Amino acid sequence: MRRTNRIVPTYTGDVSGACSALFELGGMVVIHDPSGCNSTYNTHDETRWYDQDSLIFITGLVERDAILGNDEKLVADVVDAARELSPRFIALCNSPIPFISGTDFAAICRLVERACHIPCFYVRTNGMHDYVVGAGNAFAQVAGRFVEEAPVRRGVLNILGATPLDLGIAGSDATLRDFAADAGFEVSSCWAMGSSLDELARAAEAEVNLVVSATGLKAAQVLRERFGTPYVTGLPVGAFAGELACALRRAASDGRCAWPHRDARAQRGEAPWALVGEPVMAGSLACAVERELGVAARVLCPLEAQGELVGAADAFVEGEEGVAEALLGAEVIVADELYRPIVGAGTRLVALPHQALSGRNGWKTAQDPTQIDVRSLA
Amino acid sequence: MLKRLGPSALTAGETTSTALFPSKLEFNAPVHGTWNIVHIGMLVPEAHQIYVCALNCMRGVVLTAAEMGALDRFSCVVLKEEDITRGTVEQITLDGIRDVLHKLPKLPPCVIVFPVCTHLFLGVPMGRVYRQLEAEFPQVDFVRGFMDPISKKRLIPDKRLRKVMYDPLPVVEPDDSLVTLLGSEFAPDEDSDLRKILRSGGLRLASIHDCKTYEEFLGLARAGTIVSVFPSGEWGARKTAERLGRPHLYLPATFDYEQIEGQEGQLFDFFGLPYPDFAAERASCDEELAETLAVVGDAPIAIDAVVHPRPLELARLLIEHGFNVREVYLDGVNEEEAAALDWLREHAPELELSSTILPDLRVAPRTRQEKTLAIGPKAAWFTGTGYFVNLVYGGGLWGFAGVRSMARLMREAWRSEKDTRDIVPRKGLGCVSCI
Repeated sequence: MRRTNRIVPTYTGDVSGACSALFELGGMVVIHDPSGCNSTYNTHDETRWYDQDSLIFITGLVERDAILGNDEKLVADVVDAARELSPRFIALCNSPIPFISGTDFAAICRLVERACHIPCFYVRTNGMHDYVVGAGNAFAQVAGRFVEEAPVRRGVLNILGATPLDLGIAGSDATLRDFAADAGFEVSSCWAMGSSLDELARAAEAEVNLVVSATGLKAAQVLRERFGTPYVTGLPVGAFAGELACALRRAASDGRCAWPHRDARAQRGEAPWALVGEPVMAGSLACAVERELGVAARVLCPLEAQGELVGAADAFVEGEEGVAEALLGAEVIVADELYRPIVGAGTRLVALPHQALSGRNGWKTAQDPTQIDVRSLA
Repeated sequence: MLKRLGPSALTAGETTSTALFPSKLEFNAPVHGTWNIVHIGMLVPEAHQIYVCALNCMRGVVLTAAEMGALDRFSCVVLKEEDITRGTVEQITLDGIRDVLHKLPKLPPCVIVFPVCTHLFLGVPMGRVYRQLEAEFPQVDFVRGFMDPISKKRLIPDKRLRKVMYDPLPVVEPDDSLVTLLGSEFAPDEDSDLRKILRSGGLRLASIHDCKTYEEFLGLARAGTIVSVFPSGEWGARKTAERLGRPHLYLPATFDYEQIEGQEGQLFDFFGLPYPDFAAERASCDEELAETLAVVGDAPIAIDAVVHPRPLELARLLIEHGFNVREVYLDGVNEEEAAALDWLREHAPELELSSTILPDLRVAPRTRQEKTLAIGPKAAWFTGTGYFVNLVYGGGLWGFAGVRSMARLMREAWRSEKDTRDIVPRKGLGCVSCI
C-alpha cells in the first residue's frame, strides 16, 4: 500500500515549504492551524530559525472557532500582529481543518489588506501536499505579485528554488552565485536565500532564470509568462556544471527554455545507479555521475514535482513501497541515509542527507550539494 | 490584563486573574526539551506507534521518532485530499494500519494508534476501526491515542495519552507492597522524599521507566496503590486507578513547604508510617538555599514554566529566601498555583510575567546586560544566557529533597556556562537524541 510508510519518514509538508520559501523576505507568514505546524517547521524543517528572526506564526485555531467559522478572530489577530510588526507582506497558509470547512482565504486576505494596508495573499496549501507544492506556490505568488516590469539586462540571471530544504545548509546560495559568476552571469536575485524582497521584485531584469530545484519551477513559469524570461533547470554539480553554464548562455541568447538536468542523460531504464530525491538535484547529480563515473543513472522522484522535471526513464514513485519496488535491481542507490532500511542486501547505498527528508538527523553530515565530489561516490 | 510592559508581559501586581494574556497569533521559540506524544508513547516497552494524518502533521511526529533513533517503532499512514473528498478516511485508516502490521517483521504486543483532527471533524467511527483491528489481530493491544490539538480546550492529546497508554493494564489481584507511579515522564529521583518514604515502609515504587518488556509493563497493574505527581498525568492516573479498583494519591511536586508537609503527611497516614521531623527538613532546605544565595548573590533570575509545573511557587520560594527573581516565562497560571500568584501580587508586584508565544517575542531583544541565571531552557533562550538549569517538567524532583536539588542545580548552573545554542533545540530532554 503506497500510503503507508513502515519505517521511512515522510517528506516536509507544503506548509513548511511555503514558510521556507518566504523565510528571508521580511514578510509575515500565518498558518491557520491549531498547533504543531510552527513547531514542526522550526524544529525539523528550518535550519535558520535559531539564528534569524522571521515572522512565522500559527493562529492557534480551536474547535469552536473552526466549527462556528469565527473568521473575525483570524482577521483581527493577523491585523493586530501586522500593525505591531510592520511586515513587508502577509502570507496566509491553510491546514487540514480549515481546508475541510472551506475557509475563504481569498476573502480573508482582502479583509486583512483593507484593514492594515499591507499586501496579503494566500499560499495554496492544506497540509496534505509536500514541500515542493507549498514552496512552489509561495514563490509563484511572489513572482506574480511583486515582480515589476524592468528592462532586461544582458548577462543577468535569477536563481529560483533555493531553500535549505534542498540545499541543505544555510549559506549554500553563495556557491550558486559563484557558479553564476563563473558562467558569466551577474545574479539579480536568489529565490530565496540571501536576497531581499526588493531584489526579487527586480527579477524581470534577468535574461534567464536558473531553476535549481522543483520548488522554483512555478515561479519560473510565471516569470516566463509575464516577461518572457526563459528558464534552465539544473544544479551545478561536478562535470555537469559546465553543461549547465552552456545551457544558460544558450537560453539567454535564444530565449528558449531548457532542461539539461533531465535531457543531458542517456535516460536508460536499466541504469545501474538510482538516485532518490528532488528531481533537479538528483537529475543534475545523475548527469555528473554519467560524465565522471561512466555509469548510467536514473532518478526516482518521491515528490509532487511537475512532470517536465522527470525524464522518460526516470520515474515518480509514491511512498516507501513505491520507492522499494523501483529500487529493485539497482546496484548503487544514492539517497538519504533514512532510506537504508529498505535498501536490499547487496545493494550499495551512497548516503547524501536531504534536509526535506531527514531534517536535523542529517545536519552533522550535511554538505552543499554543488560541492559533492562525484568521483568519491564510486 | 494591563499592558504596561508591552503586549506580551505584565507585572505580578497587574494581574487580576490566572488568565494572563489574550489569545493571539502564536510564535514558537526554538526550545524543544519538552516531550511530545511520540516521546511519551515510546515509554511503553515494545509498543509500536502508528499515526494516520496529513503530510504536514506527520512531519513533526515522524522526525521525533527519527531523532530518537526509533523509526523501527513508528509507522505512518498518509491522508490525502481525495480521502476527504471521497469519504474514504475510515477505510484508508483501517487499511493503512492493517498494511503496516502485515509489513512489520514481528507483530508488536501493543500498537498505539493516533488518528487526528481530521477524523474528529469528519466523524470517522474509530470504534468500528478498532473493533475490526482487534478481531483481525487478537494478540495485539490497540491503544486509542489521538493527535487532535484542535481539541485543546477539552482534553489535550498528551493528557489523554497519559491515560490510554495504561488501558492495557489488566485488572489483577493487588500486591499491597507495590506502589505504581503513573502519568509522569520522569521517575522520582532515588533520593526523593517519595521513594524514601515508601522505602521506609517496606514498599516498592514501580513506574513505566523501570519496564524493559511489555510483560513487565503489564505488571504495573499489580500495585496496591496508584500515585501521580504530574498535573497533566493526574486525570489518567485517577481514571486508571478507578478502573483497576485501586486507591489513587495525587501528590503534585511543589515548592511550598506546607504543601510538601501536607502531601507527605498524606503518605504517612495512608501507609501508617511515623511522621519525620518536618522542622529539620525545612531547616535543611533553608540551609541549601542560603548556600546557593551566597553563590548567586543578587544576580537576576528568570524562571520558565517548562522547568517545573509550579514556576510561581518556585519564584515565591526564591524571593522569600532573598533571591532576585526578575522574570517568569509562562502563558497561563495553573489553578494549582493560584495561591502563589496571590502571594506574588502582594509581595513581589514588580515581578515580570512574560508570555512565551505572543508575536512580538519573535523580535524582542534576547540579551541581558547582567549575567543572568535562568531556571529552565526557555528562560535561558529568552534571556540569552548560558547559565541555566536544564530541566523539564520538574524532572525527578519531589518533596523537601526536590527543593534541595533545585538549589544545588542553581549553583551548578551559575558556575558552569552551557552551550544554549546546542542544548535547547534538542527535543525531549532525557530521551535518546541523534542530533
